[in-house]
Amino acid sequence: MRVEEILTGKEGEKLFLLGNEAAVRGALESGVSVVSTYPGTPSSEIGDVFYKIAQKAGVYFEFSSNEKVALEVSIAAAAAGLRSFAFMKHVGLNVAADSFMSAVYTGVKGGMIVLSADDPSMYSSQNEQDNRIMARLAGIPMLEPSNPQEVKDLMKYGFDLSEQFQIPILMRTTTRISHMRGVVNLGPVVRGKEKGFFSKNVSQYVVVPAYVVKLRKELIEKLGKIKEIADNSPLNKIIDQGGKTLGIITSGGAFNYVMDVVSENDLKVNILKLTFSHPFPEKLVLDFINSVDKILVVEEVEPVMEKEVLAIIGKHNIKKKVFGKLDDTLPRIYEYNPDIISVGMAKITDKILIKKEKFTTELPLPLRPPVLCPGCPHRASYYALKKAIKGLKLKEEEIIYSSDIGCYALALQPPYKMADYCISMGSSLGIGCGFAKATNQKVISFIGDSTFFHAGMPGLVNAVHNKAKILLVVMDNRITGMTGGQTNPGVPLDGMGNPAPEVSIEGIVRGIGVKLVKTVDPFNLKKTEEVFKEALQFEGVVVVITKQPCARLTDTKNRKKGINIKYSINQEKCIKCLICVKNFTCPAIFTEKDGSVHINPLLCDGCGVCVQVCPKKAIEVKK
Amino acid sequence: MWGLCPGMPKESDRGEKMKNTYKIHLIGIGGQGTIKTSTIIGEAAMKKGLNVVMSEVHGMAQRGGTVITELKIGEVYSPLIEETDADLLLAFEPTEALRSLNKLSEKTFVIVNSIPIVPFTVSLGISEYPELSTVFEELKGKIKNLVLIDAQKVAKEAGNIISENMALLGAAIATPNFPVDKELIIQSMKENLPPETIKTNLKAFEMGFTEVKN
Repeated sequence: MRVEEILTGKEGEKLFLLGNEAAVRGALESGVSVVSTYPGTPSSEIGDVFYKIAQKAGVYFEFSSNEKVALEVSIAAAAAGLRSFAFMKHVGLNVAADSFMSAVYTGVKGGMIVLSADDPSMYSSQNEQDNRIMARLAGIPMLEPSNPQEVKDLMKYGFDLSEQFQIPILMRTTTRISHMRGVVNLGPVVRGKEKGFFSKNVSQYVVVPAYVVKLRKELIEKLGKIKEIADNSPLNKIIDQGGKTLGIITSGGAFNYVMDVVSENDLKVNILKLTFSHPFPEKLVLDFINSVDKILVVEEVEPVMEKEVLAIIGKHNIKKKVFGKLDDTLPRIYEYNPDIISVGMAKITDKILIKKEKFTTELPLPLRPPVLCPGCPHRASYYALKKAIKGLKLKEEEIIYSSDIGCYALALQPPYKMADYCISMGSSLGIGCGFAKATNQKVISFIGDSTFFHAGMPGLVNAVHNKAKILLVVMDNRITGMTGGQTNPGVPLDGMGNPAPEVSIEGIVRGIGVKLVKTVDPFNLKKTEEVFKEALQFEGVVVVITKQPCARLTDTKNRKKGINIKYSINQEKCIKCLICVKNFTCPAIFTEKDGSVHINPLLCDGCGVCVQVCPKKAIEVKK
Repeated sequence: MWGLCPGMPKESDRGEKMKNTYKIHLIGIGGQGTIKTSTIIGEAAMKKGLNVVMSEVHGMAQRGGTVITELKIGEVYSPLIEETDADLLLAFEPTEALRSLNKLSEKTFVIVNSIPIVPFTVSLGISEYPELSTVFEELKGKIKNLVLIDAQKVAKEAGNIISENMALLGAAIATPNFPVDKELIIQSMKENLPPETIKTNLKAFEMGFTEVKN
């Protein structure tokens, strides 16, 4: 399949779509007009598809500077009567939370969907938060798809519901839904309105106390009505497998595992699948509870529905056993899978056979941790900084490396070990300021270009104003790298691939009042080391911008130009000092069992930085 | 608007009814084309009218980390394969095959690329890459239906080392019981690979196919 088919695929056709791609198609079939995001895995591919097709689809799409801005862009579009779609990873919703909580009060005119992609097991995230709790905190109706077809269909359902009740809708996916592929039946694409019109109404859109007290009351009334819809919605469905002894209440990805285990073991149970799961359909669940002997709640991450079920049982004074996370039938941590469900269910039914002998191996398997790519400019920046630190005889234990969210945090790996603290987007600066005040240690903060625009600027303002002595390294690789390579305000392209003003990081830094600012190409190791030496000796806030495009960008450019440079090691010149292996550590460079050093031509990116690292000039362009 | 529960694939959507399911586990290293290979199989299965789901694990690394995908064909819901339940394992690297042992049983067909990829952690001395001959012995000792294939050699002969994944795909579909026709796989390859690479990729694919068929 070509990406364009997500737009051009005709009604009645089938495509093998990723959950994220299905979300795009669902938005297009719903006549969406405005779409906004800040990239975050597992939601990133939604943006990658819009980047390629938005223009042709007549949709406005942007990579906003952060999730809060993205959400606000979509809120305004919906207030102007257009259908809008904002999506982000689960922790992105934390950034957007301030506006998210009040947008539910102000409501919408055009339909609006907010998609939060949660990440159970934290495959690419800093925590395992369950945003179904966010839905309850905000009081926003929520839909939970179980597969790509549902993702697509729920987009349409969600937009209609949103318009009917003039309230945004939260769609909660998990990694396994966003990154699941499945057969999706297409419906017709509907072109959305190009422009809307905002009709003023201060009592609805200005959340001063006098108005918001009324809005709060209206919200609760609205949720009551929506709860009735959820209670009667065909989205919430009982699947009768022919047994009343055990009733299973489940949703989202967990539903799939339950179904696989139930059919594999031919279990006679009753299953309640909740897709429209907030407001919690109390009446439907009560009827279900009354229809079975005991209840098992299967849900990923927190015991959210389990507590709702227990509340219903308590409220109606029912004496029935509820199994779930709270009694340790199922684990509270990490993503589920069919095996975990089998083990849990075997505790409450003797109908499940736990498998069987597994093959194992005693052999040690090589570790393959995530690593900076061959040709990555960050490696060069770190190498030069490390040399500068050594040159100035600074002690490693006297330096705190305050890192940030992005590829560069991978420098936590040896041999660099240059990430000591990292908790959230932009935290390198705030945390750096704190350490600068709380210790006498030297503080070096690292942040990427995209993260700098996202949440780095307020921290730098703080450092300057509060005189926190830090060295900030902005690693400007001209892209939002870790999420797969999206544009950001620092590059001259917008979210639809059109030319856009390039916002200058150096200009911002100077404007904030930093006295010493240096921009350097990290691929020039010697010059970069000199700049770092100067910066390390400067008294006060100092910023070094290391500017060189991400290796993936350079690859694409070189491929188009037909440039294909590879390096190899001249074995006659190589003295096996291993500086390139042990200190520089590019994944393309490896040692053979005999101790000789080689470069894997499949992995070599042709950046040539290792040439500067070698003391014997043994690394040469491969002929 | 919502006549049917969206979670329950309708009979009509699922096409040809299968008695059994068929489960494929693929494991490789970022950059080897594991996900593309899986997508090609999945689309071909869809073309045949089968229900198919697939999971992709992207990890954090763009390159160099383990990449796992799983495909389940037939009357299934979740895209994750239960332990010991894979019908076919396609490993793009020898030690990676060992990482997936828990998904195998005696009935599993296993295709393994015999070319090792040694990560930087081994050069740094913080992890170990076992002797290749030991890895092969370990695989042979446990797996009845094992094919070791030098996919790099095949791809080189076909014209480009980048076609390793298609050589392995060819080998995979030549195994007994593979549920999707070769012609549909080829059609799916043409729809998923860059046009300028089709010729080389098809050659590598055919060569991989022949390795196993003979």
